[in-house]
Amino acid sequence: MILEVNNITKKFGGVTAIKDTSFSVKSKEIYGLIGPNGAGKTTMFNIITGNYEPTEGNIKFHGQRIDGIKPYKIVHRGIARTFQNIRLFKSMTVMDNVLIGFDYQATYTYLESIFRLPRFFSEEKRVKQRAMEIMEVLGIAQFASEQATSLSYGQQRKVEIARALAANPQLLLLDEPAAGMNPNETHELAELFFKIRDEFDITILLIEHDMKFVNHLCDRVMVLDYGKTIFEGHIEDAIQDEEVIKAYLGDFKHA
Amino acid sequence: MNNTIFTRDRLINLSIIITTIWFLWFAQHFFDEYTIRIINNVAIFIILAVSYNLINGITGQFSLEPNGFVAIGAYVTAILTVDSEAMLYQYDIEDPYPWVLALQSNFGWALFFSGTISALLAASLAFPVFRVRGDYLAIVTLGFGFIIRILAINSPEITNGSLGINDIPEFSNLYWTGGMALFTVLAILNIIYSKYGRAMKAVRDDEDAATAMGINTFKIKTMAFTTSAFFEGIGGGLLAALLTSISPDLFTFFLTFQLLIIIVLGGLGSTTGAILGTIFVMAGLEWMRFLDEPMNLFGFETEALPGMRMVVFSLILIFVMLFAREGLMGKKELKDLFRRKKANK
Repeated sequence: MILEVNNITKKFGGVTAIKDTSFSVKSKEIYGLIGPNGAGKTTMFNIITGNYEPTEGNIKFHGQRIDGIKPYKIVHRGIARTFQNIRLFKSMTVMDNVLIGFDYQATYTYLESIFRLPRFFSEEKRVKQRAMEIMEVLGIAQFASEQATSLSYGQQRKVEIARALAANPQLLLLDEPAAGMNPNETHELAELFFKIRDEFDITILLIEHDMKFVNHLCDRVMVLDYGKTIFEGHIEDAIQDEEVIKAYLGDFKHA
Repeated sequence: MNNTIFTRDRLINLSIIITTIWFLWFAQHFFDEYTIRIINNVAIFIILAVSYNLINGITGQFSLEPNGFVAIGAYVTAILTVDSEAMLYQYDIEDPYPWVLALQSNFGWALFFSGTISALLAASLAFPVFRVRGDYLAIVTLGFGFIIRILAINSPEITNGSLGINDIPEFSNLYWTGGMALFTVLAILNIIYSKYGRAMKAVRDDEDAATAMGINTFKIKTMAFTTSAFFEGIGGGLLAALLTSISPDLFTFFLTFQLLIIIVLGGLGSTTGAILGTIFVMAGLEWMRFLDEPMNLFGFETEALPGMRMVVFSLILIFVMLFAREGLMGKKELKDLFRRKKANK
């Protein structure tokens, strides 16, 4: 188990966003977190990445507790994420955006950069090469020197994923990666995720609404509704589960 | 990509450095005293503006503290370079502390300590300051500037209170001010084009996303703030040695305000812009002095109108900001302009 989420409860004042939720993700798995709007999926992501502290429960990554650790340190441990609404660095080029992911891996000091000492050049060269490699896998290498915001929506998504991959994660969290994409793009994206998992040897945890996409991509899923787990297991069983259908489509019996 | 030592970028940089040094030598030998004075002023303000731009423009932390750090730098240099006899003669309100008399150094070290003390203070100040963001940060740092000035007025044993320190040896010359300006610009450009500069821009663009990419945003902001304070301290030291007399009135909020105009006019986030802004504002204000004097307009004699140049200057500022919202350079550097031209071909 690469990630273990144990009995997490998160309360915002009187509102319970997540209630006693547990799940675990196996290494090299693509795990889906699904549920209607407001179910607490993004809150769960924010807890895993350290942006929120859970009210109760704990989270283990590679068997070590990571709840309560500062968000940037969790990234150093090997968890990177993308955002629901694309959040690229607007004033920077695609290359610089991806290089931000390498920030903690380039090991020259402040003074070495001010005086342009040899290690600055060798390290910059190394991370730029690695960044190019990642961008080539994602098919955005030709945009390296373009302004990040000048790209199309789908390509900006890829830049965001490239940036997250640059942080050298073992676990990649994707918050609605297929949102706003047409079926063709969605399909292409799913193939890309398989490729990413195999090439970079990582585990993927994703939030998604597009059931076809989830069905195609995920090994196992968890369905959340109003902060409660209503299903955990294989996707084929999920779409036939009565509780899940009720949450998504409403309760026909009592309508 | 570039394996040779002499790449195009490096050649451009080298030629800029050589031209600057040649210009300083030329100015020192052939320009009159008044012009040299203005160039000295411009050079010092380039140091201040470029370093202020690092925290305000590049890192995007709207802070209003430079007058505080400039004051500290100026006082440190003054105390270290004025000899004890002159101090005893000047300090009328209270006798100076023995350690104030004892501390002596040459000008180079004095500048170094001016920068270092400002930087240390900035580093310790970062803990309370960067707990707040945006407008609150501006107010907290504004308060810091006031505190330094009030401390300077109320500790006559160190600073000679509101009388200030006079007879500071005039060490500042074109080589010191121009040389330091060149060093500051190069150092800050080197920071900007490194992982630290990228991280600073990332903090400006989206702080939460920067954190999500593993950047310790507090550390990056502190680095930018401390570096900025270091160079502001040095600028303060040079200013003290240029003016030869300093008093708390020199370091009011107006100084910060002037720097803010410069960097906004030049383009927040552009080092080239900060340099252009300084030249435009400092040299422009000097050049427009003729507006204050009596003029002969198409046969009409006007009276002397002191303050007229400020009116005209304000109008120019308004027009620039109307037609170039992001300042003269926006976020671009000289380098980007070259690149843009190449792409258009």
